[in-house]
Formats: sequence, C-alpha cells, structure tokens
Amino acid sequence: MRTEEDMMEYVEEKADEKGYFICPDDDLLFDLIQGLVDNEGRYGYPSCPCRQASGVKLYDSDIICPCEYMDADVEEYGMCYCGLFVSQKINEDPDELKPIPERRRPEVIEAGMDAEPTEDFHSEEDIPVWRCVVCGYLAARELPPPICPICKAKAERFSRFEINPGR
Amino acid sequence: MEAIRNIHGAINEHEVKLFALSTCGWCKKTKKLLEELDIEYLCIDFDLLSDDDKKTIKEELKEFNPAISFPTIIIDQGEEVIVGFKEDRIRDVLSHED
Repeated sequence: MRTEEDMMEYVEEKADEKGYFICPDDDLLFDLIQGLVDNEGRYGYPSCPCRQASGVKLYDSDIICPCEYMDADVEEYGMCYCGLFVSQKINEDPDELKPIPERRRPEVIEAGMDAEPTEDFHSEEDIPVWRCVVCGYLAARELPPPICPICKAKAERFSRFEINPGR
Repeated sequence: MEAIRNIHGAINEHEVKLFALSTCGWCKKTKKLLEELDIEYLCIDFDLLSDDDKKTIKEELKEFNPAISFPTIIIDQGEEVIVGFKEDRIRDVLSHED
C-alpha cells in the first residue's frame, strides 16, 4: 500500500502528464493526499477523496484518481472536483480555488451506493455496450461513460447498443 | 472514530446536521469552520457508517440534496440546505458575526 509520500509523487506525475498543477492550498492538499491513501487502503484503489466510493470497482472506475471528470472540470472551472488538480490560472491565483458542482450524475452515484459488494459480477460478455449517438464511439462498461472520450458528448447521449437486436 | 458524533458548541439555536466524508478535504474545511464559529452540530461521516446505515442516511441526504454530494449542511430539518463548502453562506446563516 502506498504511503503519503508515494501518493504525492503519483499525483505530481499525473499533473505533469496533463500540464496541470497540484492543489495550491497546502492544508487541502495534505487532506486530499491522506484521503487518497485511506481510500486505497479501504478499497484497493485511490478513489476520489471527496466522493463516496462503492467498494465495487466496476461502479467506481470513473472515480479512481485521476477521475474521468477531471479534464472537463479543469477546463470549465480550472480545477477537478476535489481541487487536487488545477489549471495554471488557479495555481497563480489560489483564492479562486472554490468548490465546484458535482458533474457525476446522481443515478451513477446512487447505483454505486446501492451496489452490493458481494453481488455477482457480470461475466465479460454480459457487460452492456454503450454507443455514443453523436459520433458512434462504443464502450463496454456497466454504465455509460460520463463524457465521450472522442467527441465529448455527455452521458445522456449514449444509448444501449444491442449486438443481436433481432433476438 | 465514530461515524456519527455530536460536536458541542456555544451556539445551538439551530439544529445543524453535517453530512461529510472523513476523506474529503472540503468537508474538513467545513468542520473546521463550524468549530471555529463554535456551532453545535451533528457530524455524520458517511463513509464510516455501516452498510445498513448508509442506505438509510443516503435517503435522508437525497431528500435535501438530490446530487448526493458532500459536504451538505442541513439546518432545521431542511429550512436551509448548504451544499459544498460555501464559507460566506455558512457564516451568514449560522454565525452572529457582523
């Protein structure tokens, strides 16, 4: 299991890869790093410290740090939901570091919270396939991706793709 | 640490309930502010609850904050609901400072 120092290194590396900066508020940064370490200890993966993970990885895959919402949030608000990754602008003006709205959809949050850790996982061929109606991108996963990685359409633009619709 | 704790404070004219996560930095800021303002409140660290309690308390939270996000402060059974660490709003609603 990673220590706080390891986690900090991991986060710095991820920020570098994206051209982002890490949280300019040292107290907040310390708490978030601690939260990531706690979550990794609990669930086996570092889920967003400011979100409730389900403990069922299939339901939490969108909120493993760095989460799937990070890019859209840094673009729109200059920071990710937790405030761990920020834009250059917020890095230079830390007073602008303020809580932002939750982009993760309530149905997705609730599905995770209601998931039973013991429930049978879908076998691989049972995992639903989602199709982006805007660009045709296909994703096999429990829930549609929050944002299409190709055309950035939102989750509600995904529909269930039936491989054998005639049956 | 207990998941649900009553935090004592000198100011207790409202019933204040904080729904938080023990891992969340913004929740920690909210707790610190409530303590600095000396407000009596019930602190619920959602992530530390048992699985059964999570189901009940999630429904309670959802009623006031459909986004089910943390921190959420529910004042006087929903007379006021503050979602997120909105420092100015928390001070306005709960403290006597001018």
